[in-house]
Amino acid sequence: MKIMTCPINGARPVSEFVYAGELRAMPDPATCTDDQWAAYVFNRHGVAGIKHEWWYHIASGVWFVAERDTTADRILRTYLYGKGGAT
Amino acid sequence: MPWRLLRFALSSKHPEPRMFRAHASLKKSYDVVIIGAGGHGLAAAYYLARDHGITNVAVLEKGYLGGGNTGRNTTIIRSNYLTPEGVKFYDKSLDLYQDLSEDFDLNLFYSTRGHYTLAHTDSAMRTMRWRAEVNKHYGVDSEVVDARAVAQACPQMDISCAGHAPILGALYHAPGSIARHDAVAWGYGRGADQRGVEIHQQTEVRGIKVEGGRVRGVETSRGFIETGKVLCAVAGSTPRMLDMVGIDSPLFIHPLQAMVSEPIKPWLDPILVSGSLHIYVSQTARGELVMGASLDPYELHSTRSTLDFVESLSAHMLDMFPFLSEVKVNRQWAGMADMTPDFAPLMGKTPVEGFYLDAGWGTWGFKATPVAGWTMSSTVANDRNHELIEGFGLDRFARYALTGEKGAASVGH
Repeated sequence: MKIMTCPINGARPVSEFVYAGELRAMPDPATCTDDQWAAYVFNRHGVAGIKHEWWYHIASGVWFVAERDTTADRILRTYLYGKGGAT
Repeated sequence: MPWRLLRFALSSKHPEPRMFRAHASLKKSYDVVIIGAGGHGLAAAYYLARDHGITNVAVLEKGYLGGGNTGRNTTIIRSNYLTPEGVKFYDKSLDLYQDLSEDFDLNLFYSTRGHYTLAHTDSAMRTMRWRAEVNKHYGVDSEVVDARAVAQACPQMDISCAGHAPILGALYHAPGSIARHDAVAWGYGRGADQRGVEIHQQTEVRGIKVEGGRVRGVETSRGFIETGKVLCAVAGSTPRMLDMVGIDSPLFIHPLQAMVSEPIKPWLDPILVSGSLHIYVSQTARGELVMGASLDPYELHSTRSTLDFVESLSAHMLDMFPFLSEVKVNRQWAGMADMTPDFAPLMGKTPVEGFYLDAGWGTWGFKATPVAGWTMSSTVANDRNHELIEGFGLDRFARYALTGEKGAASVGH
């Protein structure tokens, strides 16, 4: 994995990007239990697979989502959050 | 030349016994099944047999003995950690290492070098002072030294680090050591085997049978085996095992890369670590420089290595040692580090009865091999967490009671 495609800026060297963890649903802090909140804060899905992750393009400040195979080290696609259909 | 070496040339068969036996088949049941024949799993098997008299034990290994992170680390042993839990734990490990060669009747090439954690900034000096005071309080040989002492210990180093990261001082830990990591696994493996433990290589765990919240058995690539106790010691594969028993954890996997230079004349006596330059380096008995760095920057379940890593680590090495510019890099490799949010391990009992965890070894597992095996064998034998691992339970996160060891991580991750 050496080149990543930013949905705004196109193909750029991967060193211009920062990984920010898996895309996860946040429980409602007003209604969830302490255990649910602690699980959200600390627990991760550490098993290998195809994951949707937050990435950040440092040079332009763009946050976006990458779908990536964490075994093969291969990006399947990238898209802006909320626009999952875009490539 | 020792004459007995001639036997190897003259004998048609290998004249020495193997380090451990190969077993044609698995038994129907075992008292304890250990998943993972790395240093930690084998050490636990060894102490279960030696100290607790539990010998009906199988150690299952998907690949080969010591082929995971046991054979991929940079072999540094130290105990100058930051938290009281960490200092006491790793110091016990250092203690257990001292007579391990005699215990095994196997030369581990254990070499006490002295360990310098270099500080390039005022805030790093402040952390060094903090660590030194915690260390001294618990009887660990640890002190802050100034830049002149560092220059004396390693006169080959450019103390200004090419002018952009001048060294202000260091945390000096005299007992800091290196050892031959493969031999640690072999020694524990042979010792366990001699006491009746079965080591099964090429045996993959495909499922763990849990009934009524209790472990009942393990499904392997060579058939099902019954057991009431499973110890999971598989580093980077831990999340997959935890999925099998339905336990969530904070573990996340990042590769940690390392590399080794061609052998050169002995010149580097101490072990040097720089958090700012993301380096740890020592010279082996063979003359190679063993160099490590920080984690890869994103999650990956692979042991691939990259040119980026060699470039950045070499650049930082040359900041410290410009005279190495003509030295070649011989090999590079990676291991899958199972990281925790607080840089302390995950050990002990779990919500599943009979399922014990020895994980979260991230970038600090090799030095803990003896004490992890020693405490986990006691935990498994007595079904009660050993007192030295009380700060490392999986339940600490739900209580927000983290064991903040980040300040003692070898390099800033």
